Amino acid sequence: MSANGAKPKFAMYWAAACGGCEIAVLNIHEKILDVDANFDVVFWPVAMDAKYKDVEAMPDGSITLTLFNGGIRNEENEELAHLLRRKSKILVAFGSCACEGCIPALANLSSSKEIFDTVYGTISTDNPNGVRPQYTYPAPEGDIHIPAFYPVLRTLDQVVPVDYYMPGCPPESHQIAAVVDLIVKALHGEATLPPPGSTIGAGGSTVCDECPRARNVKTIKKFVRIQDMRADPSLCLLEQGIPCNGLATRSGCGALCPQAGAQCIGCYGPAEGVIDYGARLMTAFASVIDSKDPVEIERILDGIPDPAGQFYRFNLAKSLLRAAKPAWAVNSDQ
Amino acid sequence: MTNEFEPVIIGFTCNWCSYRAADLAGTARVKYPPNVRLIRLMCSGRLDPTFVLKALASGADGVLITGCHPGECHYIEQNYKALRRYLLLRRTLAQMGVEPERVKLVWASAAEGVKLAEEITRMVEEIRALGPLQWSSHQSSVISYQSSAVGGQSTDHWSLITDHSPEGVTA
Repeated sequence: MSANGAKPKFAMYWAAACGGCEIAVLNIHEKILDVDANFDVVFWPVAMDAKYKDVEAMPDGSITLTLFNGGIRNEENEELAHLLRRKSKILVAFGSCACEGCIPALANLSSSKEIFDTVYGTISTDNPNGVRPQYTYPAPEGDIHIPAFYPVLRTLDQVVPVDYYMPGCPPESHQIAAVVDLIVKALHGEATLPPPGSTIGAGGSTVCDECPRARNVKTIKKFVRIQDMRADPSLCLLEQGIPCNGLATRSGCGALCPQAGAQCIGCYGPAEGVIDYGARLMTAFASVIDSKDPVEIERILDGIPDPAGQFYRFNLAKSLLRAAKPAWAVNSDQ
Repeated sequence: MTNEFEPVIIGFTCNWCSYRAADLAGTARVKYPPNVRLIRLMCSGRLDPTFVLKALASGADGVLITGCHPGECHYIEQNYKALRRYLLLRRTLAQMGVEPERVKLVWASAAEGVKLAEEITRMVEEIRALGPLQWSSHQSSVISYQSSAVGGQSTDHWSLITDHSPEGVTA
């Protein structure tokens, strides 16, 4: 508690995201009352009315905790990242988009032109005059400006310093509740916060560690998509040839997907110590392919039709290469 | 001095074969262009695709992976593992827009100094023709802040996080 007895302030913001993170926060059920009891919610566009200028008027560092979800896709996202960094004591990169780019970062495989062509120019788009968004429009009342679209989506920590990372697409509600508990305790001096830069609300190991499926020596002759086979419900999915990302993915979800019969797709991001998530998966998958013949190996690899999507579905913006070559062409015509 | 583009190539060599092939090329005074920087691994099976991505992201124009011929690995069959990783990595790199000439796998025994020198020479010329990759300058052209918090400062969190300058704010 602050000295004058006022409640500490809480904010949540969404940048390039789907809104699932906000739902995950509301999904902590009655714990949300703890948030309300312990915090004064000052800015949360999804849940309450507030204007950016209200945030600008707050003293720097006056928001105790900001959960920032979403990647930095455009000028507005970046401006709010800087603004909320300035106003917040603790800024949490909340959810996969803010931590590592997530699904929106898959657009980093394409140039801005390709993205705009797809959105405004495909046969299913009703846009007979080929209208494209203009960042500045001269209206009679004066120029109207909309935020510019950036060629490459960035993670929050590629734009401003981040105190904590909370992975997941979205973070599991029980993990959010645990983090809320911890921060509330810390506010009352009953707990200490982990060192800055830590990943919170997740484990340090891999999804395999939490997965109850039986594991043996893996030898793969064929990769199969999960919908094309009837998988053994008790055996490791990768052993059955289903590309499961659990072995490079951070624990914390409780291995929900493998327990429900679906492969891990990697939403909790890289496990502790992994530098490049996709490289770790490539290493692992290639190691267990059971062939020494280049032709046969290529045929087995055909079973993974979209390697970049398989290995970087959530992690592209945070990977070593971060974006494909066409996306780096900053001057591409939009 | 010329302004001709000189490719930077990172070469990963195996202690038991290709590193010795490079050594042999040296003692036999076989010439090859100085564009390749060799890094010795104990085996091509040690090659993590992370190394290749790190090299490209840090400014290399190409990466050469070398190992013992199939069937001749000092560690029985780890070079097959390298082969599989290379073939998979190549598919991913193609989606990232990296030209296939930039990352190559070459087998070279300890006796093949001449062959290794030829392969290096060919690769340097191919990449010279492609031009620079410039991944690192692309990345730094996008305003980039990498978290300095990582790396274990600890303790008084509440006073630690105060001043963050509003660099790069637009509009």
